[in-house]
Amino acid sequence: MSFSQNREPITIEDGFKLIDAAVTKLTRIIEGKPEPPFLPEEYIGNYTIVYNMCIQKPPHDSSGPLYEKYGAILQAYDKLTILPSIMEKHDEYMLREVSRWWEINKIMVRWLSHFFYYLDRYYIARNGIPSLTVVGMTCFRDHVYEKVHFNVKQVVIALIHKEREGQQIDRALLKNVLDLFVQNGMGNMERYEKDFEDFFLTETNSYYSRKASSWIQEDSCPEYMIKAEESLKKEKERVSHYLHSDTEPKLVANVQTNLLVLVAKQLLEKENSGCSALLRDDKTDDLSRMYRLYHAIPEGLEPVAVAFRLHVTAEGNSLIKQAEDAATSGIVEEQVLVRKIIDLHDKYMAYVTDCFQNHTLFHKSLKEAFEIFCNKKVAGSSSAEMLATFCDNLFKKAANDKSNDDSTIESTIDNVVKLLDYISDKDLFAEFYRKKLARRLLFGKFSDDHERSILTKLKGQFGGQFTSKMEGMVTDMQLGKDQQTGFEEYLKNANTGKPKGIDFTVTVLTTGFWPSYKTSDLNLPLEMVNCIESFKAHYEIKTNHRRLMWIYSLGNCNLTARFDAKPIELIVSTYQAAVLCAFNHTERLTYQELIDQLNLSHEDLVRVLHSLSCAKYKFLKKEPASKTISKTDSFEFNSKFTDKMRRIKVPLPPVDDRKKVVEDVDKDRRYAIDASLVRIMKSRKVLPHQQLVSECVEQLSRMFKPDIKMIKKRIEDLITRDYLERDTENPNTFKYVA
Amino acid sequence: MPPRSASKPSKKRSNPDSVTSSATGPVPSAYSKKKASKEVDETDKLFDKYANASSGVIDPEGIEKLCSSLEVPHTDIRILMLAWRMKAERQGYFTKGEWRIGLKALKVDTIGKLKKALPELEKEVREPLNFRDFYAYAFQYCLTEDKQKFLDTETICQLLDMVLGSTFRAQVDYLIDYLKIQKDYKVISMDQWRGFCRFCNEISFPDMTNYNLELAWPSILDDFFEWLREKQA
Repeated sequence: MSFSQNREPITIEDGFKLIDAAVTKLTRIIEGKPEPPFLPEEYIGNYTIVYNMCIQKPPHDSSGPLYEKYGAILQAYDKLTILPSIMEKHDEYMLREVSRWWEINKIMVRWLSHFFYYLDRYYIARNGIPSLTVVGMTCFRDHVYEKVHFNVKQVVIALIHKEREGQQIDRALLKNVLDLFVQNGMGNMERYEKDFEDFFLTETNSYYSRKASSWIQEDSCPEYMIKAEESLKKEKERVSHYLHSDTEPKLVANVQTNLLVLVAKQLLEKENSGCSALLRDDKTDDLSRMYRLYHAIPEGLEPVAVAFRLHVTAEGNSLIKQAEDAATSGIVEEQVLVRKIIDLHDKYMAYVTDCFQNHTLFHKSLKEAFEIFCNKKVAGSSSAEMLATFCDNLFKKAANDKSNDDSTIESTIDNVVKLLDYISDKDLFAEFYRKKLARRLLFGKFSDDHERSILTKLKGQFGGQFTSKMEGMVTDMQLGKDQQTGFEEYLKNANTGKPKGIDFTVTVLTTGFWPSYKTSDLNLPLEMVNCIESFKAHYEIKTNHRRLMWIYSLGNCNLTARFDAKPIELIVSTYQAAVLCAFNHTERLTYQELIDQLNLSHEDLVRVLHSLSCAKYKFLKKEPASKTISKTDSFEFNSKFTDKMRRIKVPLPPVDDRKKVVEDVDKDRRYAIDASLVRIMKSRKVLPHQQLVSECVEQLSRMFKPDIKMIKKRIEDLITRDYLERDTENPNTFKYVA
Repeated sequence: MPPRSASKPSKKRSNPDSVTSSATGPVPSAYSKKKASKEVDETDKLFDKYANASSGVIDPEGIEKLCSSLEVPHTDIRILMLAWRMKAERQGYFTKGEWRIGLKALKVDTIGKLKKALPELEKEVREPLNFRDFYAYAFQYCLTEDKQKFLDTETICQLLDMVLGSTFRAQVDYLIDYLKIQKDYKVISMDQWRGFCRFCNEISFPDMTNYNLELAWPSILDDFFEWLREKQA
């Protein structure tokens, strides 16, 4: 073919003949048959035929027929060559055919488009009809894809099943085939989704459903989880190897639902290997796996968090029960119990931070679990009291035994503050703590650092109001030291010297900070009276308008008792000292005489006399020598008493006032509830009953859990006292009375 | 907390919806003034018949006499209703002013007319709005001391029987049983008293299926409810 202008137009008949020849050559080449490749001239020549036929003047301008011819060629090729070849084969062979012919078709369409390119430039553009490429693809879709996709899909799914069962398959082939589905969507994923993906997901669903059923029966929880994790991993790999990325989320959700969500209860509650067992046996890897697997599922962690909470609650409850069972004669070993609870907390908090990645759901579960059993009573002792006693013993031991290093004390203090958070009756704890703190500060050694440390931490967690009184108490003790120095200066300077030669120390307590103590009108021995008077004088000079109230029940004395054998130093309480000193002037005294002389209450005198005459050390002889004090007894100084020790401490057993503490706290609560109710009503003016109650509970929850019945009674009391009134229309609503 | 009344102007009766009974009377005009004064005379004369000569008021003895004249038992609710009409302030006594108010309101000036007016009075009192007022009045009337706010349970039992007994026999009987047995409440406040009436009116008895412990019923009724439930079980 030369480029010279032809005089004669090319007829359709002739043109088509030439084109057919070129097509035949082309198909031979792309089908891999022996055929010399197109020479450049041939290539250009083919293009030129089409070109010329298009630009010919009418009636020979053949753009339309050429366009039709193009489509016809491809259609024929699809129907007569491609489709039959594919239909001949089965299974994997068919896939290969499909894949092969798909590639061939692409090349065919490409080459043919090059030949017919001129149409694209003008005819197609001018007429708004599908481009050559689109025609080609549509042709394949309609005449090949539509006919074979069902079977292809069957084969693909069968192969995937094979791979799932562990066999090797040709991944590249699958990738090509699935790509075919995508491409035949011609711009959207519909063909891929409807002709393949939907079926695939259905098949996946039943596959994993079956697996789940059998695994859940045979495997332990850890084994199951490993299999589940492995399956997910494999499916994700599958996507990267040959599935379209769109399938991934649907596939993963499918697998998760079947393997993890639907069997969650069975899996987590598996006896001996479920969540509970893993927690008990410290299986951190398995627990981390459990978290990983369920975290990926929306709301998947909830059943795990529930299982966690139930387990921790059960563990806590059993500790409580153990303590209850071990409590002999109503005395509970709170040191042991509190330590165990602290350890439990550390153990399970570790799980929360490590295995459960500090997730809020698990923090919440832990809190809920502890709140349940930390508020149970053990042998009549509330948890608030037990915790206060625990602290008391901790600090007493620490003050006496300096070998305890501070960091363990500090960490125990931290644990105590954490535990207190779970206890609802915080105000009860504060009251017990205050009472015991008073005893620690006044009788015996205490470590200022430790006491301050816990108060600072409590303040940080629960606010200044919680600790203000206790801080005041500790400060009083500190100030007391300075005061004592001042007093001693005064004695020196005032030239009075030590009153009667007695060393005298006074601790001034600020009322309000300290628990309330009963005063008594004890008649002190003369020597002590002088001490009191001299301090009074000094204090009046130092301060204005302050009244001193002497609490002799809290004081102690060092006496030297001159027994026949040897003198022994006795460390006793002021009451005991007063009784003993009474014998300085008389050998024998009856109970009645002692009462008259000392002006103690019967209760107190009985206690004191018991400690001096019926207990371990009998400084006084009692007649009759029974085990209890009666009002007809008489007493005599026991000069024959001796002991190998040169110094004896005689403790006066403290009166146990758990009941009083509870009563005091109850009273304070009534005031707190009243104040809260008035505060709320003052600002809201009108409020329905239920809302008032719930707001009141909310306001007070930081310190204690108010009893609903008590709130109701307080409301009624406030109505009687004209702070509130019922709404006349609706008696369930209250109004503030200004 | 300091008692509220210390900081407020003290009211003798501190109830917000205090006793308000309508007091209607004829508008005085020249002729009716004469008529009115004639009525007042009759009323006063009647008053003097029962009043204690030295104290100038009808005292408990006088009331007893009045009751027998009216042929009504001494503890009958109608006397209480009469007291309410009079706005009588002190239990057991009627002052001249109160007497006048009451009889004027009833438009009577003789014992016979008064007796005939009693059924009418009762009907009037039992109208829902009046009854609420009357019911509260009954409690107040029994308060004897100046700042007293509570009545003992014994008095309450009698009052319940008198005021609600005819309409809510069953409830009143059970309430009285409960009040006698329980040990938590030694006195009853106005709010609790009002609660009893509300309870009888609103709660179906004896099933009490529409009673709700979470509402603002006075605690004593919650306890009564639980006590009765246990009994019924």
